[in-house]
Amino acid sequence: MLKSIKTGSASLRFWQLLLLVVILGVWHVASKDPKVAFFFGQPLEVWGRIWAWFVTSRDIYTHLWVTLSETVLAFFIGTITGLGCGLWLGLSPGASAVLDPYIKAANSMPRVILAPIFGMWFGLGIWSKVALAVTLVFFIVFFNVYQGVREVSPTLLDNARMLGARRRQLLRHVYLPSATSWVFSSLHTSVGLAFVGAVVGEYLGSASGVGYLILQAEGTFDVNTVFAGIVVLTAFALVLDYIVGLGEKRLMKWQPRTGETEKI
Amino acid sequence: MAEAALSLENITCTFVSRDDRSQRYTAVHDTTLAIAPGEFVSVVGPTGCGKSTLLNVSAGLLQPSSGLVRVFGEPLSSINARAGYMFQGEALLPWRSALDNVIAGLEFAGVARAEALERGRDWLRRVGLGGFENRYPHQMSGGMRKRAMLAQTLIRDPDIILMDEPFSALDIQTRQLMENEVLDLWMAKRKAVLFITHDLDEAIAMSDRVVVLSAGPGTHPIGEFHIDLPRPRDVAEVRTHPRFVELHAAIWAVLREEVLKGYAQQKRV
Repeated sequence: MLKSIKTGSASLRFWQLLLLVVILGVWHVASKDPKVAFFFGQPLEVWGRIWAWFVTSRDIYTHLWVTLSETVLAFFIGTITGLGCGLWLGLSPGASAVLDPYIKAANSMPRVILAPIFGMWFGLGIWSKVALAVTLVFFIVFFNVYQGVREVSPTLLDNARMLGARRRQLLRHVYLPSATSWVFSSLHTSVGLAFVGAVVGEYLGSASGVGYLILQAEGTFDVNTVFAGIVVLTAFALVLDYIVGLGEKRLMKWQPRTGETEKI
Repeated sequence: MAEAALSLENITCTFVSRDDRSQRYTAVHDTTLAIAPGEFVSVVGPTGCGKSTLLNVSAGLLQPSSGLVRVFGEPLSSINARAGYMFQGEALLPWRSALDNVIAGLEFAGVARAEALERGRDWLRRVGLGGFENRYPHQMSGGMRKRAMLAQTLIRDPDIILMDEPFSALDIQTRQLMENEVLDLWMAKRKAVLFITHDLDEAIAMSDRVVVLSAGPGTHPIGEFHIDLPRPRDVAEVRTHPRFVELHAAIWAVLREEVLKGYAQQKRV
């Protein structure tokens, strides 16, 4: 039966929605039992919480704004520094040989443990969260760009040099566009990680943000609010991912897509 | 004889293995070759005999182990700025449209964008790609990409044109069309051409002179033939010319032995 469903068709949407309804239905019925409701919450309560946040009491917007600005700042700072460092080290073998063990160490370190240190350095405001998220985003982008720069086709480089490109022009017209395609393949991962960094940072110590709301609710065993926070975060993670997808489509239109034919 | 456009003097290229310094491979040994301005010279030889090495040395992309390259009398020390190089593989920048690829050389030289675009459109029309300005390389066929590469190389109006088996990936019909187009463009401008190929028919049909290289290692020229076929030529028609058949037999007699040697070596490895 599942084999007959075509991707993108209306029946696919139907099956996807049906699955959601079934899960919510099972959840709803199971949570009639107060013990289950204590641990898993109740879908209607969760929905009520979200509705209150966005419509009746309208008190989530400041928190959402904080979390999203942390995410976006971390995303941009991490991506740009990662791109810069990746290009620099990819193009200077000497520097990359010296720094290699340190980069490996910094990457293998579980960076979440840096959160308390960033808290000390940057205080409990948004910048400690931005710093934590930047450390997550930076390495993803950095390694992709570093790899991308080293794997630029030698024929492309030779051709550009024969066409008279100087070092700066090679950087701008060959290395950078080539690295950008690698950056974009990592942006979906890194926007997710920026979000993780921001929320984990808030969770470990903050006075606002969605992570803070979840932490507060957990402290009073208000599991419905915790679930509501999770739903809101998931929804916004999807929105950010979609925006990255749009940017990718615009900038990467030169890349071949499989099975692409021209409509006449 | 007038000053050569490009002359290779006693070029030797020895490659050393990166892992083991004692592992050496001499690709080209003591090769001397001169190309006069406006002359079309083809170099043929068995596969893997170091033809591309010679071309890279001429382009200044590779420093020879010993020997000297002269470009219009001047010793070459870095990139050969007077040469255009048409590569064997895909060399178009995939993130640029056909037009932007063709004008890349002008852009690097700092030509004003409006002028560059106009010349780029003109060249695209000349190689039969008018109307395909906005296509990206992946949206073009192999033949179209080769045409774009040709325009990209020739738009800079180089005095020396280096071509590394430019049409080897094309089917025979497209290939003959492209060969004729290159000949037409060359007849109009008369630049010095160093053309590398493994296809003897192509070499004879297009060139003024054919140089035969020995099998590697230590490749060197072992024969040189002046092609006295009348111009302008049509690469398909000239193949039936009696003189073509004679030349083909004479060159093949020299080349055959080397091809067999090269083949035997590859089998041994």
